[in-house]
Amino acid sequence: MTIIEFKNTSKSFGPLKVLDGVDLSIDVGEVVVLVGPSGSGKSTLLRCINGLEMITGGDLIIDGLSVTGSARQLREIRQEAGMVFQQFNLFPQLTALDNVAFGPAKVRGLNRAQARETALDLLEKVGLRDKAGHYPAELSGGQQQRVAIARALAVKPKVMLFDEPTSALDPELKQEVLNVMRALAEEGMTMVVVTHEMGFAKQVGTRLIFMEHGHIAVDGNPREVIDTPPNDRMKDFLQHV
Amino acid sequence: MEMDWSVIIDFLPQLLEGARTTIYITVVGLLGGVVLGTLAGLMRAYGGRVLNAIAFAYIELIRGTPIVVQVMFLYFALPVLADLRIDPMSAAFLAIIVNAGAYIAEIVRGAFLSIGKGLTEAGLAIGLPHWKVLVYIIGPLAFRRLIPPLGNQFIVSLKDTSLFIVIGVGELTRTGQEIMASNFRAVEIWTAVAIIYLVMTGTLSLILRTIEKRMRIL
Repeated sequence: MTIIEFKNTSKSFGPLKVLDGVDLSIDVGEVVVLVGPSGSGKSTLLRCINGLEMITGGDLIIDGLSVTGSARQLREIRQEAGMVFQQFNLFPQLTALDNVAFGPAKVRGLNRAQARETALDLLEKVGLRDKAGHYPAELSGGQQQRVAIARALAVKPKVMLFDEPTSALDPELKQEVLNVMRALAEEGMTMVVVTHEMGFAKQVGTRLIFMEHGHIAVDGNPREVIDTPPNDRMKDFLQHV
Repeated sequence: MEMDWSVIIDFLPQLLEGARTTIYITVVGLLGGVVLGTLAGLMRAYGGRVLNAIAFAYIELIRGTPIVVQVMFLYFALPVLADLRIDPMSAAFLAIIVNAGAYIAEIVRGAFLSIGKGLTEAGLAIGLPHWKVLVYIIGPLAFRRLIPPLGNQFIVSLKDTSLFIVIGVGELTRTGQEIMASNFRAVEIWTAVAIIYLVMTGTLSLILRTIEKRMRIL
């Protein structure tokens, strides 16, 4: 069953065409890894899915709703597609628990006790129940990112979008975040992940997309296309990551 | 020259009465100024082209003219122009509201825009409408950054009330002026007036510093 469908989708920033007529269909349960050189449009592609960037041409349908629809529809899409950011973007004035409880309370309309319970369960899941009362500034980068994943999951999305989730982390902290993501994939969560972690792509990804100049240049099985890149530009790219 | 500090004691009740009027104008004026300034600042930061232009024109008009001229205009020109007669106290309130509002608008705009875009995106990404992101996430963070420049504006506005001497409002400076005109004790009276202003601004500073200490800037 298709949950994300790009239909000849374009995105321009002024004269700069970042996505150029992308056609792509993602099914429920897929773990799609997006790679490509900087400026190739992979982050933009991801950010169009939850409408943080507005598409400028074609259409993009998420779970039956077009991102070009009303503001209300867009909010529905955003509740279905949780996002994790490179810079974590946790709310600094709230504790880890309140960060995670925020979505259920303010978006899903749960009462305080229910929201708190949901949040504690999710913190448990990302291994941070004991840090519930800590503020983001008191947590390591890896811990912050795990809280951010819990925060996105708390809204009960059908799809999770990851925008370079480990790029701001020290090597030893990356693994704890990747482990949480792997567990999520094993539960069957549909995921779209922009990353440079080729190990993760091979082990967890069900599909790898290599982007170049706003186009999808390669779309295939991660193990196959990483071991034998079908395209010179991709071969060159893989030597540098 | 001989000083007679006892005149201060004699006239203290009168001076304090003037100070009371000063505080009254400042509090009402700043309450209004904060409301107006927040509105104009948010219009500048997040409004569409029209709202932004309206707020911009208001801010530039007020910042670009002296407050004395604004008061004179409200009190002397408005009755001629619009057949709208206002009493001195109302003119004083209005002048502080409109004047402080313009400066506070810029403070509010700056504080809101200084909060990283990433937090707004994080709020939007969980499906909140933009106004809720501003109310629940950006607002509380911006508020912490507002306090120091807001305190500055509060003190400026408090002192600006002394200008209402020109339209005959019986605030502290005018009270001092009237006492002085009757007994010619310039040194004593103006010293007392200055000290009363210092006590008022000092108290304001202290309150703001306490609030600032209680809230971490994040």
